[in-house]
This record gives sequence, structure tokens and C-alpha cells, in this order.
Amino acid sequence: MDHAVETTLTVNGTRITRRIAPRVHLVDFLRDELGLTGSHIGCEHGVCGACTVRVNGDIVRGCLMLAVQADGCTVETIEGLSDSKELAPLQQAFHEHNALQCGFCTPGMLMAAQDLVRSGTKPTRDEIRAHISGNYCRCTGYQAIVDAIEATINGKG
Amino acid sequence: MGKAELPLHAPGTKVDRGYIGESVPRPGLQRLLQGRGAFIDDLRFPRLAHVAFFRSPYAHALVKKLDFKAALRAPGVIAVLDGRAVAEYCTPWVAVLAHLKGIKSPPQHAIAIERACWQGEAVAAVVAESRSQAEDAVALIEAEWKELPVVVDMDDALAGRNVIHPDLGDNICFKREHDTGGVDDAFSSAVVVVEETFHFGRHTGVCLEGRAILADYNAGEHSLTVYHATQAPHMMQDIFSRHLNIPEANVRVITKDVGGSFGIKVHVYPDEMATAAISVMLRRPVKFVADRLESFLSDIHAREHKAKVRLACSKEGDILAFDLDDVTAIGPYSVYPRTSGIEGNQVVNLTGGPYKHQKYRAKMHVVFTNKNVTCQYRAVGHPIAVALTEGIVDIAAQKLGMDPAEFRRRNLIADDAYPYTFPSGIKFEKLSHHKTLDLLLQKMDYKALRAEQAELRKQKIYRGIGLASMIEVTNPSPAFYGVGGARISAQDGATLRLEPTGMLTVMCSVTEQGQGTEAIFAQIAASAVGVSLAKVKVITGDTGITPYGGGTWASRGAGIGGEAVLLAGRALRSNMLDVAAAMLKMDKAELDIAGNAVVHKLTTEKKLELAELGRVAYFRPDTLPLDFQSELTVTRHYTPRQYGFTFTNGIQASLLEVDPDSGFVKLLKHWCVEDSGTVINPMLVDEQLRGGVVQGIGAALFEECIYGPDGQLLNGSMADYLVPMAGEMPDIVCAHVETPTMQSQLGAKGVGEAGTAGAPGAIMNAINDALAPLGARVTRMPFTPERILKALKKVD
Amino acid sequence: MKAPSFAYAKAKSLAEAFELIERPGARILAGGQSLIPSLNMRLASPELLIDITGLKDLQGIDRRPGGLRIGALVTHAQLQRSDAVDQHAPLLLQAAAHIAHPAIRNRGTMGGSLALADPAAEYPACALALNATIVLVHRRGERRVPAAKFFKGLFETDIRPGEILAAAEFPKVERSVFLELARRHGDYAIVGLAGVADASGRRIAYLGVGATPVFAEQASRAVSLNAALELLGRDLQPQADLYNSSATKLHLAKVLLSRAWTTLSKPH
Ligand SMILES: Cc1cc2nc3c(=O)[nH]c(=O)nc-3n(C[C@H](O)[C@H](O)[C@H](O)COP(=O)(O)OP(=O)(O)OC[C@H]3O[C@@H](n4cnc5c(N)ncnc54)[C@H](O)[C@@H]3O)c2cc1C
Ligand code: FES
Ligand code: FES
Repeated sequence: MDHAVETTLTVNGTRITRRIAPRVHLVDFLRDELGLTGSHIGCEHGVCGACTVRVNGDIVRGCLMLAVQADGCTVETIEGLSDSKELAPLQQAFHEHNALQCGFCTPGMLMAAQDLVRSGTKPTRDEIRAHISGNYCRCTGYQAIVDAIEATINGKG
Repeated sequence: MGKAELPLHAPGTKVDRGYIGESVPRPGLQRLLQGRGAFIDDLRFPRLAHVAFFRSPYAHALVKKLDFKAALRAPGVIAVLDGRAVAEYCTPWVAVLAHLKGIKSPPQHAIAIERACWQGEAVAAVVAESRSQAEDAVALIEAEWKELPVVVDMDDALAGRNVIHPDLGDNICFKREHDTGGVDDAFSSAVVVVEETFHFGRHTGVCLEGRAILADYNAGEHSLTVYHATQAPHMMQDIFSRHLNIPEANVRVITKDVGGSFGIKVHVYPDEMATAAISVMLRRPVKFVADRLESFLSDIHAREHKAKVRLACSKEGDILAFDLDDVTAIGPYSVYPRTSGIEGNQVVNLTGGPYKHQKYRAKMHVVFTNKNVTCQYRAVGHPIAVALTEGIVDIAAQKLGMDPAEFRRRNLIADDAYPYTFPSGIKFEKLSHHKTLDLLLQKMDYKALRAEQAELRKQKIYRGIGLASMIEVTNPSPAFYGVGGARISAQDGATLRLEPTGMLTVMCSVTEQGQGTEAIFAQIAASAVGVSLAKVKVITGDTGITPYGGGTWASRGAGIGGEAVLLAGRALRSNMLDVAAAMLKMDKAELDIAGNAVVHKLTTEKKLELAELGRVAYFRPDTLPLDFQSELTVTRHYTPRQYGFTFTNGIQASLLEVDPDSGFVKLLKHWCVEDSGTVINPMLVDEQLRGGVVQGIGAALFEECIYGPDGQLLNGSMADYLVPMAGEMPDIVCAHVETPTMQSQLGAKGVGEAGTAGAPGAIMNAINDALAPLGARVTRMPFTPERILKALKKVD
Repeated sequence: MKAPSFAYAKAKSLAEAFELIERPGARILAGGQSLIPSLNMRLASPELLIDITGLKDLQGIDRRPGGLRIGALVTHAQLQRSDAVDQHAPLLLQAAAHIAHPAIRNRGTMGGSLALADPAAEYPACALALNATIVLVHRRGERRVPAAKFFKGLFETDIRPGEILAAAEFPKVERSVFLELARRHGDYAIVGLAGVADASGRRIAYLGVGATPVFAEQASRAVSLNAALELLGRDLQPQADLYNSSATKLHLAKVLLSRAWTTLSKPH
């Protein structure tokens, strides 16, 4: 009845094989099956960005991808990119600028921000705002987040 | 005199303020930055069951029949329950308060019995092994409904042709009238009389984390542990205890990380009560996390108001009187236990607040409708009161041909006029309207902006500058809820414990929801005791551990919880010095604590490491004098009592551009000058303001729960209900005036709601300033492009 | 809300996809950026999802004589990075920047957008303005449908049972303008305009004004802006949405027309 499909994927460097019901989206799989609860659920209709994870190097909405679609894919989450220290500069800037309050949006926000950091461009503040415009934060009002990303990219303190 | 012994704000003294006033980053954030927080939905429990609710598709209907047969057969289903089944375990409540005279509301059950009064009200619960399975079964519930007449519009509610709760007689939940007398005379003698009606769209909190509760009943000890995303753990402990009939001491409420609250998570929600009851009934842990769609249907909404306001003014520009008529629609129930009468009550209290007129009359009706319930949401009543005050003030200034800043300067209560009683009856200890106005105008370079605006108008670029002065309720005393009979604590407590290694553990009843409460408690505790910040660990959000207290609401965390921490810190420091004096055989008065050590007060020579003090006190007390007992755990409490509320003041300004062709508004910049008393951590205060301002901008430009004539919510998803996102928000400049409150030693007032209180009014005035040369004005929030185009008569 | 239960199959070849698509309750899954939200809201309940994202035949952007062929599976992000699109159909590039946000553009596809035919979406209006040809494949062969005939109603296209949208072909048009009015960055627009001009004339299409993207035939042919504004009222009978009346939408469509006019009216 649950039509489970055997799926093999690499999550934060570890190869994982599971039988997964197709209706389970990637974030529920990461959270419920793998215990990686850093990726959050804020809407499940693609609007808030709290679920942002990286698949094969690109950021995606984890709630808008079925876990079975990740078969053969490399998935990276906030936990993985924290351990690898890839996010360390952004995390430090977020900390110093108080770019998080409740922290619920933060993992998704960091994934989106790191996408911009990795692009190697020198974005303006407006471009930073545009890049994170799909990530909702109710707490901060965004300015501190923009400041933190700007500081990370442009070395501005 | 040693550090931190004086009131921090004592005039004429130079006190070592330690970390007070420092922008230190919040400790402990790495957890959240690495996705290693502990939000309710992150917790894992054996035998955890999940609840999903079957919610009414109708705004008002009788439940003729519920058929659970198919649902009960669905895979993974543990139980399917209706209102009667849950009522066996959970008693209903009535949300009224004695000091809101005449307020009425019918009893409300955890799950509605027989009748649903709004679309989204839960009428059955499915418990299953997973959330998906519970939802599958919800879809299999068959219901027979009989639709009832629907009251959607507030004027219809007031007219009362259809009465939602016939037992109550009419649709009026609460009404209040206030009159200083002399208002009619003031209006008839005034040279300038202006009048306008303002509409405020019903909107909601949209916390990124949905409401969440995990209740774990232990039948062996008849105890209930509730992991709850709430702002008020002790209040919920009391409520679970009384309504589920479990002794108070057997109920423990634990609040770990909370993904935003803003007042949304301080109320009693029927579906959350049902979840707790179901845990008791099924004797296992049960979890409910509201998904986004049901959040829109069941999180409290707020601020649906229609207010007519009149202002009388002399020819010189002195405001003589305000006259207000406000109606607000709250849904079918007053919300427990704070009631839904408070928001309107605040509008009456606060309207006209910054100004020195003496005549004031207000009339306010709170009416029932068949929409989702409304209640207290960040800045309760303030955004309404500020917008309609500042809106009508600008209209008056315009009519007089006076600059809005000058008009305010003329009418704001003088900075030396305190203590002051405002005509609505509220009392101000000490405010600084003129200082904040001056600082604002200087920060924004008001004159230059006006010149630029005039220049750009010639090129048909329509910029607007909007100001909004305000007063704000913070640090509420028991006058807010307690006097009305609500079991809501106005006092808070802090326990400080010196650990053997010289570290400090702080346990406080105020909770952390991201504002940085724990960080400022650490700053205060470290400063009061004399240790470094890294030595302090703060624990909040656990009724099993912390002292009793109110929690987080009404901008009270720093001012009340912070004061309790300060008092406990000073007491602990004194006790530590007693130990040191005994160990060193010195006079206590010669000793002080600084830099994690006991030092000589005059020479600052280091006498004793705190780790050594701790070691001796805990492990070798045999070496201390026989008649000496160390007390290295100290608890102190604090309740503000001299004033009902410790009012703050501030002023905001918005600069924006309106495109008269499209009706689109582009926000260019925003300023916020606030006087919240002693600033403990300027960075955190600024970030509270910024986040609050953006929430207020949401109300002004985007957010509205839109209902159809049948009471159906038409935009209940994040795709249709628009929240502010990064792309459209301006940078926000913050600045401060510090007028500490003399009621406490810390001197801190609240700041969490100020941004949200003032922003909608500032935005509205800026839009109307931009539209003024085009002869248009908007008064209905949110100011959508269409509403602006209609005001410009570009479309009908 | 969680999606209802369904089965899943990833097609390894077009032939397999054609076979799977015949099964009852089968539905194609491409980028999933429209389909999965509707599953998560339980607005759709397919029995089988056929994941076509592995099909090589539906990928890639190819230059053709006189134009461009864009495979159905080309994502919005791939399109944005394509030099070929920049040179041959800059309109699409301008439009793609308005579609949602980076994380969504990384998965959402051209084919999915055309097949869904959301009247507020960017690509369908572009396809209409550019006179694109939609290439549909079926077990029994290929069918080529001009954009003007492809969009038939609200979320309704000319795709017949058993057909898969394989590609869209766009003739080369260099002069183009894409404008839209959206309340927030990346939102579906209230109204949008996709306009192109070449020696044969102007073609202006609108999004957000009806059940389908709408070609503003009369306004496109107008000799002056004033005439075009006048005629636009005959081309468009916009449907109101939650926040905007029909009159507001028409007004905004005119505003966009005024802004686009100069670009579309330069002499050749
Ligand atoms: C928050 C958010 C904002 C968005 N904003 C915009 C926006 O502003 N503008 C915009 O245009 N879009 C927007 N989108 C939608 C996005 O562009 C989608 O990617 C697109 O509409 C559908 O493409 P898809 O590949 O994701 O299709 P899917 O979701 O996989 O499929 C959509 C439909 O098309 C069918 N289908 C897909 N591919 C084929 C094919 N090759 N042949 C036959 N049928 C097929 C599917 O069966 C399904 O019915 C937004 C989405 C989200 C979540
Ligand atoms: S949970 Fe995926 S976008 Fe909101
Ligand atoms: S920090 Fe709370 S939602 Fe962003």
C-alpha cells in the first residue's frame, strides 16, 4: 500500500539505502528517517525556504522533492555543512550580527546564503536581498541577515 | 563603593556597569546555527502518537452526525475522537476577566461539540502512528452538517440580526465607554476639526514554526509532562492542571526552542488542550504540530478594527480633544485566558497617547463573528491606536498647513511634565517625546529629505515622509490580568547558583523565543556577581526547574525578569563575599568580586579564585567556622507595582516612494528612535526594533486574512497570504534615548513590541504624504496597489 | 499537510514513459515545483507519478536554423545560464529572472511550466509572444502545436492523453521586453507583459489577465501608444483575483504597455 521504493543516496558523505514511501518528501525523510532535524518545515508548499537543502550541489526546496527522487543523489544538509566547516564564516557572521533570533529559518537561510557566497560574485545589498527573497524570516526583519552575508562576501565587518 | 551596588541608573554616580550596555553576541547560538536546536518537532519519543484534526469546512454549522467507521479502519489509526469523548478528560473554559466589566463569552471545549462556529474549528481528532496516516484517516471521516446563518461583517454583528450565541442575547462580547467630559465643548469651540475612518485588516502572526505540543502522560504517577512551544509555561501548567484535573505539582511544562511566538503562542488553543487530554486518555506521548494550512485557520488572528476618530484643534495648532469610535470583530469566542477584549481596551487607553490635550471620549465595541478567533498579537492594540492617532494628527497638520514634525513638537507632552496622567486614565512615569523627536529628525536629516522631496516632485517622483510618535505599554503590573482574576503571573523569579568551579547557573521564569532574553540575563548576572560572561549558563522554560513567573509577553522579559536576575545576582554576590570573608578571615566590607575572583576592594588585589571559593564551600565546609553556613543558591522575585504599566515612548519615520501609475510602494528607508530605559544590549534591542518594524510593515502593506461572504478564509496559505520578505524591506536605522525607570534598579523598560506598534502608522503617513499633491489619501490597511489606485481614482 | 499515498516510477526511456502513462491515475512528474505543492495540500491525488527527469531526449538547449529548441526538462536555472537563450530568445532570459527563487528555479522546468499552463506564469506568455511551437510526443509519433493553439483554458492545454511535452521551439527574436508587476520578488505577477518586435511587427502577450496567457492582438497592431491603450481594452477582459479587480488589472496592463512601447516601436 505504501509503494515503497528502494532508494540509495549519499547524505552528508554517508551512503544510505532505504525503502521509502514515494509520498515522503526529502525533508521528512531527512528528519524522521535519518534524524537530521536541522532542516525545518515551515509551509510544505515551497514558499518559506525553511527546508532548503543542497542536492547535487544546488539548493532546492526539500519539501518540493520526493525522497525517492534523490536516488543516486548527493544531499547536503545544515548538519553536514556545519561539520565540514564550509558554513563556518557565514555562521560566525550570523552570530556576530545577531542575524538570527528564534533560529527556525536559519538553516535554510544559511543554505541559501552560502549558495550566493559560493557563486564567487560580489553582490550588492539589493542582490543579496533578491537571492534570499524566497526565505521567510519572521523575527529579524532581514537587515542583520543581509549585513552578515555582505560581511562574509565582502569582508566587511 | 563596589560595582553594581548602586541602582544602575543612580544619578550623579559612576557605576561599573559590567556588561550592561554592551552589544555582546548571544551565547549559545551555534546550536541553532548548526541546525542542532531542539524545537518540539525535533524531539523523538518511543510510542509517540500523532494527532490530526478534522476541522469544520463551514463558518457556522451544526454537526448532525460524525461517522468514524472508515477512519477507524484506516492503517495506523489508534483512535478517532469527537468533542464529547475529549470533554470527559478536559473541562471547558470561559474567557472573561472581572476588570473588563460586562465581557461575556460562551464556554469553549477542546473539541467543538454539536456546533462549529468558524471554518477551521476542530470537531474531531484522529490519533495515528504517523501524521500522514492521521491525515489519511481525517479524509475518511464522514460528517453531516446543517449550515447556520453566518455573521461575517462587524456591522452586521453589531446590528445583531443573527445572534451567534443566542444564550448571550447579542453579538457584543464587550464594550467600553470613556469620557473626560468637555469633549463636545472642545469640538464646538475648535477652529479646526478633522475626522477620518480607518480600517485595519485582520492579520495573523505566521510564526515560521507552527504551534507545537508534545504531551506525555505517565499513568504510573498520574503526571503530565508537556513539551510546549509556549511563551508562558507556568500559566500553561496551571491550565493543564485545572482543566485536565491533575495536581499542579504533577504537571511539568518544558519549553525548549520556540520558532517565533509574537503573542501567537501565549494563548490556550483548543487543539493543544485536546492533544494533552488525548495523551492522558491514551496513556502515551502524543504530538500535534500545526501545519501551515491549519495555522492560518486556527492560530489567533488580530487587529480587525474599524475606527472613526475626530480631532479638535485650535487655530494655533494646539490639539484640544480626541473623539474615538472603534469596533473590532473577534470571532466566535473570547480567547482563554487573556480574553479578546484587551486589544480594543488598549486602543481606548492609548489613542492620542503622546499628546497633551485634556479632553478625550471613546466608545469601543468588541463583537462576535463567525471567523477565526482573534487575540493578543505583538503590540496588542498599539498599531491601531498609533496609526489612527498619527493619521488624524497628520490630517490636522495638513489642514493647518503646518509641517507634521512641527505640529508634533507643539503638541507632544513636554519632557519635564512627569509624572503625568493621560486623559484615558493611564499614568506615565517619565517619557522623552521631545528628545526622541529631535534625535529622529537629526538622524534622518529631515530638512534635507523635505528639500529632496520637493525637488523630486517637480520631476513627478512622489516620495513620502511619514512620522509616528507613540507610547507603549511595557512591564505590566498585576493590573493587566491578575486583577481581573486571571491566573497569569505578573511577577517573575530568578535563581542563581554558584557552581563549585566558579560558574554561574541562572534559572529564570521568563522564556527565550529568540529575543535574546537568555543573553541579557547572562549579561546582568555576570555583571551583578562579577564573573565573565563565559562563566554563565542560563536555563529557562521549565516549570520543574525555574522559579514561578509569567513568561514572555507584553515586553516584560528584560524589565521584570532582568530585575529579578539583578536582585538575585546581588544577593548571591553578597553571600559569596560572606564565604570569602570567612575563608580569608577578613572583613566582608574589604572584599569585592571582579574578573571571576574575590579581590581586595581598594587595591583590587586578587584574594581568592571563585573556583577555590566553590571548592571550599561545597566540598570542604568543614574548614569554615562552625556557625557559618554558605548559601550559594539565591532566588529573588520582582513585580512592578508603582505603575500599572511602565510606559515607553518612541518615534518612527518612513521614507518611501509611490508609483502613481501602478500604485506600488517602494520602501526606501525607515528610522526608529526609542526610549526603552536602560539598554542592556544595544544590538539585541536594535534587532528587536527591526524585526518589529518589518512585522508592522507587513500589516501596512501586505498582510490580511481575507474572508468571503460565507465566512471562508480565501487566502489561507503562504502563497496567498503575503508576509514581508527580504526583497522589499528597507534598511532600518535605530537610535536610543535612555530614560531608565526608577521603579527598578536595572531601569530597563520593554522594547519587543515597539517596532510593530509604530511602523504601520509611519508607513501610512508616508504614503499619504506622497499622495498629498495628487489629492488622494488611503485609510484602509493593508495598502495594496489597488487601494492606492482607487484612492487616486485611477480605477473604480 | 502531507501528501496522500501514490506509487512512483522513474522512466528510463521515452518508451517506458509512454507505457507508464497509460496506467490509470498516472501523472507526469518533472521538476515537481507545482505538482508537489498541490500534493502536499492534498489538492491532487494521482495513483502513480512518472518521474521523467532521467529522460535524455527531453533535455538540452539546441540552436536550430532560425531559432532555438529548448527541451522540456531544461530548468529555469539552466535556461538563465544559457548563452544560446541570451542570443536567440532574450525574452525568456528576462522572464526567467521573475520566476520564483533560486532554489525553485534549480528544479522547475520549462516543460512543466508550459504543461501546467498557469495563466500567471511567465513562460506561457513568452511562448505566445514568440510564436513558439510546442512539441508533443506520443507512443505513435510527434505533434507540433503553435503556442496560440496550445493554451486552451485555465490550467488546460492541448496535451492529449498519452502525450508528453518534449520541447518548445522558439524563433529567433532579438528585440524583446518583459515586464511584470509582482507584489514581492519572485511572486506570481498581478499582470505581466511579454513583448517582441521584428520586421514583421509587434507581438504582445499578457500573463495574469485571464484563464490563459492572452495575445493582445489589436494592441500589437496599433500605430500609436494611445491607440494601443485604447485597443487593449478589447484584447483583455481580465479576471479579478484575490487582491485586484478586473479594472485594476486592465489598468496595470496599460501601465506595462506604456512602459514597453518605446522598445517595441523603434524602427528596424
Ligand atoms: C513558491 C513558488 C513560487 C513560484 N513562482 C512562480 C512564478 O513566479 N512563475 C512561474 O512561472 N512559476 C512559478 N512557480 C512554479 C514553477 O515555475 C514550476 O517549476 C513550474 O510551474 C512547473 O514546472 P515543474 O517542472 O516544476 O513541473 P511539475 O510540478 O513537475 O509539473 C507540473 C504539471 O505539469 C505536468 N508536466 C510536467 N512536465 C511535463 C511534460 N514534459 N509533459 C507533460 N506534462 C508535464 C505535470 O504532470 C504537472 O501536472 C513557483 C513555484 C513555487 C513553489
Ligand atoms: S517548508 Fe519547504 S518551502 Fe516552506
Ligand atoms: S530567526 Fe525566527 S524566523 Fe528567522
